[in-house]
Amino acid sequence: MLSTVLTAVPADSDWINFDVAALAQNFWSATFDGLTFGAIYALVALGYTLVYGVLNLINFAHSEVFIMGCYAVFFTLSFLGFGPSAPNLSFGAILINIILALIAAIVASAVTAFLVERLAYRPLRKRNAPRLVYLITAIGASFVIQYLIFLWRGPLPEPALTMFIPTPIFEVFGTIIDSQQIVIVVAAVIMMVLVDQFIRRSRTGRGIRAVAQDPDTATLMGVNKEKIIVTTFIIGGILAGAAALFYVMKIPSGVQYNGGFILGIKAFAAAVLGGIGNVRGALLGGLLLGLIGNYGQILLGSSQWTDVVAFVVLVLVLLIRPQGILGTSLGRSKA
Amino acid sequence: MSTTDGPTPLPGAKASQAAADRQSKKGGAGTSADATHKKGLFGAWSEKWQAMPRQKQWLYLIVVVLIAYALPVINPPILSTEPGNDFPLALFSMAVYALVAVGLNIVIGYAGLLDLGYIAFFAVGSYTAAMLTSPDSPFVKIPYLWTIPLAIVVAMCVGVILGIPTLRLRGDYLAIVTLGFGEIIRILATLIPAMKGQVGFQNVGRPPGEGADGIPIFANSNGTPWYWLTLTILIIVLFLAGNLERSRVGRSWIAIREDEDAAETMGVPTFKYKVWAFALGAGVGGMSGALFAGQVGFVNNQKFDIVTSILFVAAVVLGGVGNKVGAVFGGALVAYIPLRFTAIAEYKYLIFGIALMLIMIYRPKGLIPARQRLLAYGQQAYQRVRETSAKKSAVVTEKEV
Repeated sequence: MLSTVLTAVPADSDWINFDVAALAQNFWSATFDGLTFGAIYALVALGYTLVYGVLNLINFAHSEVFIMGCYAVFFTLSFLGFGPSAPNLSFGAILINIILALIAAIVASAVTAFLVERLAYRPLRKRNAPRLVYLITAIGASFVIQYLIFLWRGPLPEPALTMFIPTPIFEVFGTIIDSQQIVIVVAAVIMMVLVDQFIRRSRTGRGIRAVAQDPDTATLMGVNKEKIIVTTFIIGGILAGAAALFYVMKIPSGVQYNGGFILGIKAFAAAVLGGIGNVRGALLGGLLLGLIGNYGQILLGSSQWTDVVAFVVLVLVLLIRPQGILGTSLGRSKA
Repeated sequence: MSTTDGPTPLPGAKASQAAADRQSKKGGAGTSADATHKKGLFGAWSEKWQAMPRQKQWLYLIVVVLIAYALPVINPPILSTEPGNDFPLALFSMAVYALVAVGLNIVIGYAGLLDLGYIAFFAVGSYTAAMLTSPDSPFVKIPYLWTIPLAIVVAMCVGVILGIPTLRLRGDYLAIVTLGFGEIIRILATLIPAMKGQVGFQNVGRPPGEGADGIPIFANSNGTPWYWLTLTILIIVLFLAGNLERSRVGRSWIAIREDEDAAETMGVPTFKYKVWAFALGAGVGGMSGALFAGQVGFVNNQKFDIVTSILFVAAVVLGGVGNKVGAVFGGALVAYIPLRFTAIAEYKYLIFGIALMLIMIYRPKGLIPARQRLLAYGQQAYQRVRETSAKKSAVVTEKEV
């Protein structure tokens, strides 16, 4: 009986193949590409982390905040005449166009984040609703935004736009690093340092930390809690808008009505990996997850494996170290 | 850390008790505007129902069940989804949605755990049935009916594997992990060659039996027997869920939902019961998946969208979180509306998404709110309270006389 079962079960090769040789061969290119993706994840993860730090809730609609930014980038660039092939423009002109797209994305994402807070979170806060209700409303909001886009733009991804052809800048370990990778990683890190400093040094940042630590006491001390919450959502939106620009730069064909969903899960996994509620943890988690995802993708042979790997990482982190690598919360981070 | 709290029990309990008192005094007219306002759309009916003697309740239930069984034969003209969609098949899909909603209600409604990837368990059940009966699969073949219990077991195992890392933490983590899992299962079905991606499995098995003309009774296009099978299973599951709700386990779930810390302090092993709720919910999901796979006869990776998961949540929320009758109603409604009103079928996600938000903000207890009675003593205590209040009022009237 057992032997018949064994012969009836498909062979190993029908399940999962590990291609170690490919990983060894492409290790460094996978590393640099992974860091680029990681920077994008980290920017989105910050949005999750900030809202989680202040409200202790996962903002399920954050993936939609991100995808609205992607659409804004798409529309701005198509309006400015960008198409599938890279435009024949001077460096300065391209830079100006990209900055315009960045502004559009930031505005779109920040407005979406603001609206989500107003429509899905604030009415509940007034009613002092239980947690479960927040989560369901947030997922409802995410769903509604997704399907509004679906009804408007249809199920297919938008046509790809090329902003510029990446030019090789220098070579490390036999792998060429191009301008696109450098732009994304450097810009993302700069933005994150700015946010980190903003939260640590500015008056509003102190308010955010105070609300994260103890909302009631913060209110008694004269912090305007509602204003702080809105600000937090908007900061998350701004970062998601920036991430949207880099995402469209990296994956031009990724602008789709449900494109934010899986990226949202990955960004959340990144936030948990670094320690949710921790601003620096988001950066670390994002970069690590980008690396792990890219190695997994090459090891297992299909780009969709990144999603599976990210998910497995999330479950493993929750199992082994649920507080994440850095672990401290937003409220307790040093002044 | 009160992670997953539902509505507080006390005000509701008081209100329903007060309403019941009023009922017993008035002699069960049950149309007080106050009660209707507090108890949702069907509040008056609900009150009336609770005031009925047990035998009468059973009688009405039997009539309702008989009507439910007769529906595909009667094919009532206004309710019918024809000509757009075959009515028995629509009924089957309503019954499957209702079953899913009852299963999900155990997780969301009783234990207060938000499972956003319920479709994953549905998919696990479907694949279990498909891979063990379809000629396209290299596995051993077993009769279709055996795959139903097997689908329950496999889905429960998956539920436990997912539940153990996440259920120790706050409820939010469970929500996002299940949401991710709902998508991952589809990607896995695409990526793992043995699961055949979009090609899928044809000719999934069916229960035995052939009609006089040699056509199998459980043919894919014949919704009626499938509907009857699912309805029977649904009724059994409703009974089991009802019994669980009133048992020690059910009381623990409610305690966990209302205040996890307090429950833990009172000696409820919260983690254990949360895993149980999650696994049982997964089991019901797996079973519905196996039924669905059998009726459709074809399983591939396209059938399990994460958005359908959100529809399932909408079904539970619409019906009333924590109320199994509400879940049946919500599930059937979510399946029925796009099939009946084909003009708006395209907008169903948008409609249910908006409904999800509006209900949660303005009527968090759903269309048929769960009765917040003292579950520890169940109906008996409730009865006794009513009796004493009736006696009191009787005493009062005597004195007045």
